[in-house]
Amino acid sequence: MTDHTVRAYDRELETLGQRIAEMGGIAERMLSDAMDALAKLDVDLAKKTIGVDPRLDALQREVEDNAILTIARRQPMAVDLRECVAAIRVSGDLERVGDLAKNIAKRAAKIAGEARLPRGIVGLKSMHELAAMQLKDVLDAYAQHDVERARAVWTRDAELDALEDSVFRDLLTFMMEDPRNITFCTHLLFCSKNIERIGDHTTNIAETVIYLVTGEAPQIERPKGETSMVKR
Amino acid sequence: MNAPTVNGGGSVAIQPPADTAARAVKVDIRKVDFFYGANKALKDISLPLHENEVTAFIGPSGCGKSTLLRVLNRMYDLYPNQRAEGEVLLDGENILSAKQDANLLRSKVGMVFQKPTPFPMTIFENIAFGIRLYDKPSKSELEGRVEDALRGAALWNEVKDKLHTSGLGLSGGQQQRLCIARTVAIQPEVILFDEPCSALDPISTAKVEELIDELSAKYTIAIVTHNMQQAARVSQYTAFMYLGELIEYGPTNKLFTTPSDKKTQDYITGRFG
Repeated sequence: MTDHTVRAYDRELETLGQRIAEMGGIAERMLSDAMDALAKLDVDLAKKTIGVDPRLDALQREVEDNAILTIARRQPMAVDLRECVAAIRVSGDLERVGDLAKNIAKRAAKIAGEARLPRGIVGLKSMHELAAMQLKDVLDAYAQHDVERARAVWTRDAELDALEDSVFRDLLTFMMEDPRNITFCTHLLFCSKNIERIGDHTTNIAETVIYLVTGEAPQIERPKGETSMVKR
Repeated sequence: MNAPTVNGGGSVAIQPPADTAARAVKVDIRKVDFFYGANKALKDISLPLHENEVTAFIGPSGCGKSTLLRVLNRMYDLYPNQRAEGEVLLDGENILSAKQDANLLRSKVGMVFQKPTPFPMTIFENIAFGIRLYDKPSKSELEGRVEDALRGAALWNEVKDKLHTSGLGLSGGQQQRLCIARTVAIQPEVILFDEPCSALDPISTAKVEELIDELSAKYTIAIVTHNMQQAARVSQYTAFMYLGELIEYGPTNKLFTTPSDKKTQDYITGRFG
């Protein structure tokens, strides 16, 4: 896109984009560290992950403050206004992704003492792989203003919902097999819910990218996954 | 970026605001060209002004927006070597035709200029002067119409105790509202505003904007402004002009959020030139 006549305006918008990219990197890292901590029941890594969250919160506040300042200072129009609104929305979603990853790390630290049933984690790993890929794709789509990529992420979220259902069924089976699994599996259940919600924030970001570029929200209803276990 | 809406003929895709049905067309500008001597300042301009709506004209200096306004009440008639071609229909009558009485036209299409231009006479006379040009009202009727005009321009309360002092003694914002009152007094159908707030402070600007809002209930309004936020605030339709051409015309909400043409987008976001 052509530069603004006032170059400081371009720098302000660029800074917003850079901060979002930084937030995205931190959120991705928090999710993968939290899942590592869960798989290895690594208390140190879990605590380290929890410790990163304040940085993400601070960045979110910074993005919000800067976007609001730009709106006040420049009265942005059209695509510039959407850029500011999108930055506020995306930073909010990424902050929530960080919170959900932090919650996984907390649960990892909690159940580390009663390590049982490694096979309970297998389904969660597949969920994590998909969620991490989706998150990476949507951050790229945001950085490159790529609507097609955003739409692909948006559509693919149904797969994550379906995976969550199958994890739900597996964990239920483990709990029925042996009531001593219940505490452990309940924590895993919450972790799977957290990953599913990270997927929802990812689709929110995808919708924001579509809005940012086209000025319109997606018109059609988003495809949803299997609903055998849970009414959505 | 989406394809521009302007087609080869110079006419522009017109979309009414989604929430309201388009109102009747009060002024229909059809394929208008304008010349300053040999210099073509307007090229094939076509667009409607809807009744009781505000249409804003934006664009960089020299794009022809003020020229277009001057066509709408034939102000250019006052200067040699200036001529307009095409048609401007006011309620179906072509005002560019030679048969059109320019004075009568200007009583129907009033204009407010960039700099307040009160006459060097009393506040009362500033308004009564115009009324007497077209009418011969009785004294009490005249007083009533002056008061109505001042109330219509939201100036009455500020000047009612000094009607017989000079109009030049008012502040800039009050002078501008006096000019609006003068325009309203002769009961026009269309009011043209040529950058009415560019010489005013923010409070006076807000008052004039509020006034434009109120006036649109009774009149059809066209406003030229360099202040894009102002265009976005006061108008229902916006036309973006560049180098004598109409680049994009549409509902204001659409033009300032998701313009169709790249030139429009560049201009309203401050990326021009």
